[in-house]
Amino acid sequence: MIASRTGPIRVLEYQFMVYLRVWKSNVAGSVLRPLLYVLGMGLGVGSLVDDGPRGGQLLADLTYFQFFAPAIIATTAMQILTNDSLWPIRGGFVWHGTFHSQTTAPITPGEVVSGLLMWHLAKGLLSAGGVALVLVFFDSTRGWGLLPAIGFGALAGVAYSAPLVAWSASRKNDLAYPNVLRFVIVPMFLFSGAFYPITELPGWLQFIARLTPIWHGVELCRGALHDTLTVSSTSAHVGFLLVWVTVGWFAAQRVFTKKLSL
Amino acid sequence: MTTASDAPLILARQLRKSFDDFEAVKGIDFEVRKGESFGFLGPNGAGKSSTMRMIGAVSPISGGELSLFGLDPEVDGKQIRARLGVVPQDNQLDELLSVQDNLIIYGRYFDIPYKIARERSLELLDFVQLKDRARSKIEPLSGGMKRRVTIARSLINNPEMLLLDEPTTGLDPQARHVLWDRLYRLKQDGVTLVLTTHYMDEAEQLCDRLVIMDQGTIVAEGAPADLIRTHSPREVLELRYPAGTNADRTQEVDGIGARQEILPDRILIYADDGEAALSEVHRRGSQPESALVRRSSLEDVFLRLTGRTLVD
Ligand SMILES: Nc1ncnc2c1ncn2[C@@H]1O[C@H](COP(=O)(O)OP(=O)(O)OP(=O)(O)O)[C@@H](O)[C@H]1O
Ligand SMILES: [Mg+2]
Repeated sequence: MIASRTGPIRVLEYQFMVYLRVWKSNVAGSVLRPLLYVLGMGLGVGSLVDDGPRGGQLLADLTYFQFFAPAIIATTAMQILTNDSLWPIRGGFVWHGTFHSQTTAPITPGEVVSGLLMWHLAKGLLSAGGVALVLVFFDSTRGWGLLPAIGFGALAGVAYSAPLVAWSASRKNDLAYPNVLRFVIVPMFLFSGAFYPITELPGWLQFIARLTPIWHGVELCRGALHDTLTVSSTSAHVGFLLVWVTVGWFAAQRVFTKKLSL
Repeated sequence: MTTASDAPLILARQLRKSFDDFEAVKGIDFEVRKGESFGFLGPNGAGKSSTMRMIGAVSPISGGELSLFGLDPEVDGKQIRARLGVVPQDNQLDELLSVQDNLIIYGRYFDIPYKIARERSLELLDFVQLKDRARSKIEPLSGGMKRRVTIARSLINNPEMLLLDEPTTGLDPQARHVLWDRLYRLKQDGVTLVLTTHYMDEAEQLCDRLVIMDQGTIVAEGAPADLIRTHSPREVLELRYPAGTNADRTQEVDGIGARQEILPDRILIYADDGEAALSEVHRRGSQPESALVRRSSLEDVFLRLTGRTLVD
């Protein structure tokens, strides 16, 4: 008898079943919040910057709104998937026992992780898609480039969630979870190049910013919309994100296997 | 020559489980055959759940041998789990989903088509008398109801063998009897039952054969009636004296019956004729506050073999 290989799909199905119960509040999160960002920051701050002394040259002839708005595709996916990689992981081990009941059935811990990350990718596409949908409503950000940007945004999100799933699973309790948001996600958001080009930062900070997955995600989304990506820059950014996804994926499989087969 | 049909479903030899340097299961031997109802009776920390998780092909063994359906859990864990139904000690029901969805998604984990999983979930909820709660959330259910949902869930894949870790612990007597009745029906349908318990009445009710576990080892094995016959005289006289004076009574009961146990809350006198033992107590002028003659039980076997009581 050959063991079935459908495990990850079943885990994906479970996540989808849960999502069907909460999708309304989720949609609000992935459309309304970015809409507020885009309007508030993009248009509000934009009016200051565009009329400022270095307006056009700094942003390569983009308006601030055009510069800022596509970045939100990546940062939204990052924020939503980060949240999904913290307390919900704790829930799967402790509060709802989901991972335990899945591995009591014929699903392996490694398949639980794969299914979970497949779900994160799907959720990343949904959240990035929500933001892209908002951008369709503005003449200056409407374009076919939004489609690849959705994929790039989701990938950037999973580049966060994969290692974070491994990390959250390895914690004995959830006390350190808020620190991830405070000391990792918020700073990365601020230095991601979403709000201003990172070339404005001092050299050493610029160097650090280039190592964060979110900067690569922002570059990809912005470049896709404004058609400034080259084959080599795209491969470099995507490759960098894939490294994070792969490393996180393997690490998470290890941690889950250890924790679920005591 | 043994044929496939009478090969044991579970075969354990010198089975061990360690957590770091703590040994929870210390080399136990047992076999479970098809259609049998087999129990692990033991107090808290005896190693029952650790053993069940190894049998469930979830927890790797630390030593010895274990085969399930003739397969090695290390190699064929998935195939083994596909043929098992598992009721874990802590239910593991998903509070994010409704009662019925808990069953359906669990069925999907076994690759059961959605439509069939849906139909079966309703049949099983009917079987555990919870059909009217199909759409309910998990959280408002009572402990006994949750236990029944978990049992219904464990049956979604038509398992050949059902593993139940303390099926009725924490339930009131009525809820226990409802559960026992359902398990008895499964047994009649030919499902092999393997259960753990620290209730001797549950073990006597449900098990054809059982092992008594204590501190990671098996101290006795057999059918409940045989174990009692082998390890304990037929009757027990239970005496209660005013609190705190039991230790002083040793003289008063010395030599009565086959054996005496002085417990903190009562004195047990083991004898083939309990009434005769009671007459002797009275003849000696001893005045217990209450006296009761009952038949020997597995509790007495456990006390005899380990010097401790099962439930404390
Ligand atoms: N994951 C673990 N890590 C460390 N020790 C463990 C672990 N699981 C169980 N133990 C220890 O192993 C021993 C046996 O535990 P087990 O849960 O198998 O007992 P049990 O017979 O099921 O008891 P109970 O009636 O309380 O459920 C206990 O001392 C327990 O503390
Ligand atoms: Mg236990």
